[in-house]
Amino acid sequence: MEYSLVVLGDPHSTASATTALNFARSLLKGGHDIFRVFFYHGGVQCANDLTTPAQDEARLPDEWAALKKQHNIDLVVCIAAGIKRGVLDQSEAERHEKTCSNLHPAFELSGLGQLVEATERSDRIITFGA
Amino acid sequence: MNSKNQAKQILVTLSQSPYGGTLAREAIDYCLAAAAFEQNVQVLFTGDAVLQLIKDQHPEAIKQKNISKTASALPIYGIENVYADQNSLDLYNLKPENLCLPVTVVSTRQIADLLANSSSTLNF
Repeated sequence: MEYSLVVLGDPHSTASATTALNFARSLLKGGHDIFRVFFYHGGVQCANDLTTPAQDEARLPDEWAALKKQHNIDLVVCIAAGIKRGVLDQSEAERHEKTCSNLHPAFELSGLGQLVEATERSDRIITFGA
Repeated sequence: MNSKNQAKQILVTLSQSPYGGTLAREAIDYCLAAAAFEQNVQVLFTGDAVLQLIKDQHPEAIKQKNISKTASALPIYGIENVYADQNSLDLYNLKPENLCLPVTVVSTRQIADLLANSSSTLNF
């Protein structure tokens, strides 16, 4: 079965993103496919490459990136929710005249249409709350 | 847009209070986007989310945008089926005439039917 996931929780304030990651791993282990993970609301911080947790804590952007590399999962960050919270790729950083960008290269910024498409095409859509 | 199934019925369940966090607003933004992409969307206001629907809100005092104005746009975007949970309305002593848009008031039993008849649900 093909799934898509929606992550709404800030990874450093809620268990949402870690739960989503564990769920994703279980799905893949169980032989299911994941089409897309859409990061919205505080979940956009999962893609912040400047995230610097303590050394004995998981770094979510790298964890998602590893899963993407293994299983070719689309990792999409809502552009409006992302830039509002300071998660910008190079082109957004230039457009808004910021001194640096911080979107982890495994992720891409795009619109809510990507979530609509994921809902339309996947057999199951699972939201991980804020 | 790529699609395996054009006839999907999406139920969006909203349960956030209007100004306690920003998820309420982003959830409504999703509903409007889905409608703009011509999805078959139904919206259910439940729990604290029924407070989003109160008429005559004045959130300027806390430097917020009026969420009921955005919620009122749901029918304009073609979302005809907007539901509000009877129990949640009762909890806040709200009647349909207190709300900023026409809603179908639904019982817990009817909510179960809505969930059962949807191909996808998104919970905000």
